[in-house]
Amino acid sequence: MHRGKGMKFVGDSRVPAERKPNVPKDYSEYPGKTEAFWPNFLLKEWMVGAVFLIGYLILTVSHESPLERKADPTDAGYIPLPDWYFLFLYQLLKYKYAAGDYVLIGTIVIPGLAFGALLLAPWLDRSPERRPSRRPVATGLMLLALISITYLTWESVVTHDWNKAAQQGKIITSKVDKKDPGYEIFKGQSCIGCHGSELSGGSGPSLIGTGLKPEEIMKIARKGRGAMPANAFKGNDADLKKLATFISKQKK
Amino acid sequence: MLQKVYDWVDERLDITPLWRDVADHEVPEHVNPAHHFSAFVYCFGGLTFFITVIQILSGMFLAMYYAPDIVNAWESVYYLQNQVAFGVIVRGMHHWGASLVIVMMFLHTLRVFFQGAYKKPRELNWVVGVLIFGVMLGLGFTGYLLPWDMKAVFATKVGIQIAETIPVIGPIAKTFLSSGEIIGAQTLTRFFAIHVFFLPAALLALMGAHFIMIRKQGISGPL
Ligand code: HEC
Repeated sequence: MHRGKGMKFVGDSRVPAERKPNVPKDYSEYPGKTEAFWPNFLLKEWMVGAVFLIGYLILTVSHESPLERKADPTDAGYIPLPDWYFLFLYQLLKYKYAAGDYVLIGTIVIPGLAFGALLLAPWLDRSPERRPSRRPVATGLMLLALISITYLTWESVVTHDWNKAAQQGKIITSKVDKKDPGYEIFKGQSCIGCHGSELSGGSGPSLIGTGLKPEEIMKIARKGRGAMPANAFKGNDADLKKLATFISKQKK
Repeated sequence: MLQKVYDWVDERLDITPLWRDVADHEVPEHVNPAHHFSAFVYCFGGLTFFITVIQILSGMFLAMYYAPDIVNAWESVYYLQNQVAFGVIVRGMHHWGASLVIVMMFLHTLRVFFQGAYKKPRELNWVVGVLIFGVMLGLGFTGYLLPWDMKAVFATKVGIQIAETIPVIGPIAKTFLSSGEIIGAQTLTRFFAIHVFFLPAALLALMGAHFIMIRKQGISGPL
């Protein structure tokens, strides 16, 4: 680089007036079949990128991204599930020694050790040896982590009730007439907590298309049935009659 | 014509050295899949970057329709998915990209790990890489809430409950994330801000550092 006296600049700026040639480096003397990144290698890389993009688009078009019904944070019956790459952590917390009194083992000790070890790997594995077979401890621990993650994810997938999950998240287009005086009563009672604001069910079954007569519904609301507690309805008979008629009207 | 424009700018700003800096770096034989098929393992890092670019672009388009408040969030996503032309594709790319980027980043991490490429003198680049991994998981976690559907809210609830168990910082983390006692309106706006401003900014800074370091040191040699 030109320094000191005799340097010429463009105008009053600090840009040197002398142009540098815009020529690529020569790699012919480099070892092996070294190639220039620009443009030779980048073009090849783009081909890999294009093939990948095609696969990606096929996936996108063939599997629409899921959207469940609008969030209802009061629905206590919903079984939550995180995105798939957090499943192993979620599964870990279901085991006895990583839950309850030992929950810290599952939430901080194991993940903390794993992440910390990953972060500090260069200082934990300091030998200059690079081949996996020559550093059995590092390789072994990573393989162990891989196997555990795979196993936990697998366990989480097979123990999850996918049918129920699909059911509980379904978008329901409401056919329930929310202006009906029967609905007003329904909303004010405990029923909504178990049978859902759309009457489509929650911890209790759906009340749409039960085929029950108003009298039968009145009886269930007073006396309960099976898992449904007695005296779920609080109020007078006139209101109960309205509510029961409303429910019996709901057709699929 | 193009050459003239280039020369005009170059005369004023001396961009040639900058450009040669970006363009001139060698690709050694052992990382070039054209010469050794096994070198495909070196593609994962590049593909991670590629998907990241797609995520940023598709995310910008999603933001044209998305409304980050609990009354309209779900409706805006539903509208985007069912009414807007190509909305289903844009959302699909962002959705699947979020998974693919984790897969690619994981494979890239494993490649670097098993090749021992994190050793001296590349320790710092490894640390930055692990931090990028953490930021990506954060993006996944915050993005999952945004459609405001059932799975979003309940997964976030569980996530925050897990964070809460950590002694000392747990309750602080909970307050910071959910901005209050319940998962509600403020949680959503907060996750939105973290997802589209804070974490992407951190990600770009870390990726910049990652790339500058790799250019400075060159890719690790063959095993
Ligand atoms: C604690 C939760 C709970 C509450 C509160 C509750 N239910 Fe139920 N309900 C259930 C369960 C569980 C069943 C299923 C009972 C069985 O057959 O085992 C059920 C069944 C029913 C059925 C019969 C459905 C069929 O298809 O056979 C009706 C009708 C009904 N409930 C109405 C009501 C009304 C009206 C109210 C409010 C006054 C109410 N429920 C409140 C849990 C509840």
